[in-house]
Amino acid sequence: MLIKKGAEANLYLEEWHNRKVIMKQRLPKKYRIQELDKEIRSQRTMHEPHIIHKAKEAGVPTPTIFMVDLAEANIIMEAVDGKQVKQVLNDLSSEERLRLSRHIGELIGRLHNNGIIHGDLTTSNMILTPYGKVVFVDFGLSERSTELETKGVDLHLMKRAFQSTHYKYAKECFEAVMEGYAEVVGEGEAKNVLEKIREIERRGRYVSER
Amino acid sequence: MRSSIASYCLGIESTADDFGVAILSFDGKVLSNANSAYMPEKGGIHPREAARHHAEVAKKTLTEAFEKTEIKPQDISLVAFSQGPGLGPCLRTGATTARALASYLGVPLVGVNHCVAHIEIGKLVTGAKDPVTLYVSGGNTIVSAFEAGRYRVFGETLDIAVGNCLDVFAREAGLSQKKGAPFGAIVEEIARKGKTFVSLPYTVKGMDLSFSGLLTATVQLLHEKNNRLEDLCFSLQEVAFSMLTEVTERALAHTEKPEVLLTGGVAANKRLQSMLNVVAEEHNARFCVVPKEYALDNGAMIAWAGILAYKSNITVPVEKSFVKVKWRLEEVYAPWVEG
Repeated sequence: MLIKKGAEANLYLEEWHNRKVIMKQRLPKKYRIQELDKEIRSQRTMHEPHIIHKAKEAGVPTPTIFMVDLAEANIIMEAVDGKQVKQVLNDLSSEERLRLSRHIGELIGRLHNNGIIHGDLTTSNMILTPYGKVVFVDFGLSERSTELETKGVDLHLMKRAFQSTHYKYAKECFEAVMEGYAEVVGEGEAKNVLEKIREIERRGRYVSER
Repeated sequence: MRSSIASYCLGIESTADDFGVAILSFDGKVLSNANSAYMPEKGGIHPREAARHHAEVAKKTLTEAFEKTEIKPQDISLVAFSQGPGLGPCLRTGATTARALASYLGVPLVGVNHCVAHIEIGKLVTGAKDPVTLYVSGGNTIVSAFEAGRYRVFGETLDIAVGNCLDVFAREAGLSQKKGAPFGAIVEEIARKGKTFVSLPYTVKGMDLSFSGLLTATVQLLHEKNNRLEDLCFSLQEVAFSMLTEVTERALAHTEKPEVLLTGGVAANKRLQSMLNVVAEEHNARFCVVPKEYALDNGAMIAWAGILAYKSNITVPVEKSFVKVKWRLEEVYAPWVEG
């Protein structure tokens, strides 16, 4: 069953050996020649599980990968039980919302400490399980980097996600994220990243109104 | 805007190797579009040499622009010039000409953003209303769309422009460009004879692109001799243009705009056109290619963007008309655009 149609890949919810799984299928693109198309799709199909594994090593919950098919450019992974943070954040009590945001910040800090940039940090790419664990999904745009710039861009996207989907709580949530983040990466580094985010905003590229 | 008498704008373009002068009526008719291109004997554009060229041809090009019309200098009611982004010495030469002209004629002066001008003239000549624009040239590689008062940059190159990548590769391969046959056209011609795809680095980071690694790798393979130039040109084009198309598609999917507009010097490439056409069709968007005369740097686009700005009461006093070498597209507030 198709559950998400993306620009690059489709997500299907399937039954696979009596398990509920997600199949991520990278789509062929008609505009590029077959050789290049195959190369890109298989490379990205290889990269994603790899970085998902690195995230686990960093102590960030991610879906279990069951199978990777490079020829077909698809990944079969655990269908994480729970709800998108996007769906629940606005309905939580103020205290729980801040605790959750703080925790998200810690997880982002762990990724960044280990040179992992998620690349698409939005509340729809985080799943809150019934046991209160937060699982990061969709590493399709992720990259390895330890640069301040990429960390800044990563967190800036998080900030923007709060502003667009949770605008009432955007400020407090993002501040809580940065608190949790600082706890993991250290006050100094967090300050540097925050300064970088301000710089990115000043560049105007992401500004909606000035 | 006074509508009782016809109004005319003179636009001067001088951001890089082209010095262009055009005269447009305020309702968007191009009365003349004169141009003189600086052609280096070898290597790329030397900013100072290009500026010297512009200064030398300024009078001739201005005269040419007037001679092609019935318009007299006294009929001009507005002077527009490319204020940036671009090469400092080149911009300053055009700006000096524009300031002198505006002061002499006693008419207002408008400083135009070169990238905005490319988009606006593209919209004028193709009839596109609200496109996702892919602007690809020797100096720029930008995917943009209008959102909340400005042309937003959705993706851009992190290092060199795609046109620069093709130019430098062509020069490394010992090819030489002629008038009417720039490097891009030569590479395209040779690429048609390519048969074997050679794997090259494909670098898309989110919405942004990088071409410097692709250039280095292709040049390296070129010097390894066992690769055919035809195959390298073919592969270079395939990789570079697929990158551009991927980012354009993402912007299109995100914004759901009704059109894709392709402009800049690289827009003339048929292979790039065909890739974007596929993507536009899949997203039910109309695909518009800006014709060469208005896709390359030209005075008409500066005059037209100047007219649009002027109609929104935007002018610049001569004493404040400094050039802006790094003027970004989204820094420009564009109240003339509906949306």
